[in-house]
Amino acid sequence: MKMTTADVEYVARLARLELTPGEKELFAGQMGAILGYVEKLKGLNTDGIMPTSHAVPMENAFREDVIRPSIGLEKALANAPEREGSFFAVPKVIE
Amino acid sequence: MKYQPVIGLEVHVQLLTDTKIFCGCSTMFGAEPNSQTCPVCLGLPGALPVLNKKVVEFAIKAGLSTNCSITPRSIFARKNYFYPDLPKGYQISQFEDPICQHGWLDIKVNEQDLKRIGITRIHMEEDAGKLVHGELSGRADDSGVDLNRACTPLLEVVSEPDLRSSDEAVVYLKQLHQIVTWLGICDGNMEEGSFRCDANVSVMPVGSSTLGTRAEIKNVNSFKFVKQAIEYEIQRQIDLIEDGGTVVQETRLFDPNSGTTRSMRSKEEAHDYRYFPDPDLVPLVISDQWIERSRQELPELPEQRQHRFMTELGLPLYDAEVLTASRALADYFEAGVAAHGNAKLIGNWIMGEITRALNDSGTSIEACPVAPGQLAELLKLIDNGTISGKIAKTVFDEMWRSGKAAQAIVEEQGLVQVSDSSAIETIIDEIMAANAGQVEEYRGGKEKVFGFFVGQVMKASKGKANPSVVNELLLNKLKG
Repeated sequence: MKMTTADVEYVARLARLELTPGEKELFAGQMGAILGYVEKLKGLNTDGIMPTSHAVPMENAFREDVIRPSIGLEKALANAPEREGSFFAVPKVIE
Repeated sequence: MKYQPVIGLEVHVQLLTDTKIFCGCSTMFGAEPNSQTCPVCLGLPGALPVLNKKVVEFAIKAGLSTNCSITPRSIFARKNYFYPDLPKGYQISQFEDPICQHGWLDIKVNEQDLKRIGITRIHMEEDAGKLVHGELSGRADDSGVDLNRACTPLLEVVSEPDLRSSDEAVVYLKQLHQIVTWLGICDGNMEEGSFRCDANVSVMPVGSSTLGTRAEIKNVNSFKFVKQAIEYEIQRQIDLIEDGGTVVQETRLFDPNSGTTRSMRSKEEAHDYRYFPDPDLVPLVISDQWIERSRQELPELPEQRQHRFMTELGLPLYDAEVLTASRALADYFEAGVAAHGNAKLIGNWIMGEITRALNDSGTSIEACPVAPGQLAELLKLIDNGTISGKIAKTVFDEMWRSGKAAQAIVEEQGLVQVSDSSAIETIIDEIMAANAGQVEEYRGGKEKVFGFFVGQVMKASKGKANPSVVNELLLNKLKG
């Protein structure tokens, strides 16, 4: 299946990735090959087969509604590029 | 041209669990920012979410109470977008196969008529964090991120576009609010954001069957604002079309200060969320037995209880509606009926004195200082003639203040009603002697003066004279 560099640009923008023109060409080819493979699978008859959402045959993993200690403010903010008091500080986002 | 508004609501219901949906952090409101966080809700690499079972139980209850079918096998999905309040870069939600589908609520559009509003789906999801603006000292150009709210469990209840006016939208919303608070799965606090609503609004020419382009209005956090926001948006779209413009599909923010909506430019980017099944969360399988058990655990719902109050206890519709405004109020009423027996009388006292006292003191019915049994004891004192209905109100105020029993207050303050005719006759004689002029007027045919005498006797007896005895004796004496 053919992927254009415009397709790559669209996906890259949604994922906030900055790509060079060379990378766009490269990924267009690679992604096209992947989608081409998936396209091939579409030819199989899958009537009556439940779509696979998960590779592991497991269901209903729960936890009870019981409080466990949080890690604490300092640890929570330890990786923050910027902090102010108890907050993560980020460039202004206001509507 | 006449236009028909078309409205659908998406309601976010914050669930009353102790912990978050995918981790054990507390959901307590008002804690220091970022103090209730862990690797899961901070979105740190390698952390794995595990589903809170109570969230599933609450979702099933909400679904059963809104006539939904419960999906036997549902999955969680990642909704991908970037925003500073979303640490993972995706929100865990449900897309295909949400836990509840195809429900409805019958709303009261007027005294007699019900209208069925479809509920497309109810799904479980995590909330995002909270952004604060202009509160960081010395950083006017920055926003603050508090992730305490991140990963708080939500149900999103999506209605069909079946609503046709702002009033219908408010009725639907109030009914949904009543159900989730009644079930005890949400505290219903709209100011704190525990129950919030986005409205999808469009207009089309009357008679048309093609829906117009809709705008989604966010941030409507009170019933009043919902009405205001929808009405503003309907008029905005009509004006736009009349002026030859076209409505664009967009997200708009309601501004409660101006009562208007405005475009949110930052969210205009293509809503391409690239949903896919979250590999970290295994499928959720709900057996028929589980559904049946949940159904057994459901409380009697507001509508059923209203019906029973009318058929079994003989209440009029209005009383039944008021007394089922909340589950706690209905419980209080029923406890009162169990202790006294006269449903109409108990109801009147709850809708009158109790409601007034609760409102005046800002108390909730749950914290009412006069217990239903105590109220019943008070009313029994009226029934057996110990006190008058008027004195009962004085006694009630004292019960509210002191928490004492009605009988004790009546005895302490000597409020026992005087029904003894000789004592009342003495008072009447004194008053007639002191007001000879009025006696003449009455005897001359001015019957209105009768009320004056009743008032004087009641005043002289400090309200304790039995009103029917007073009336009877006065009539006789005044005749002369």
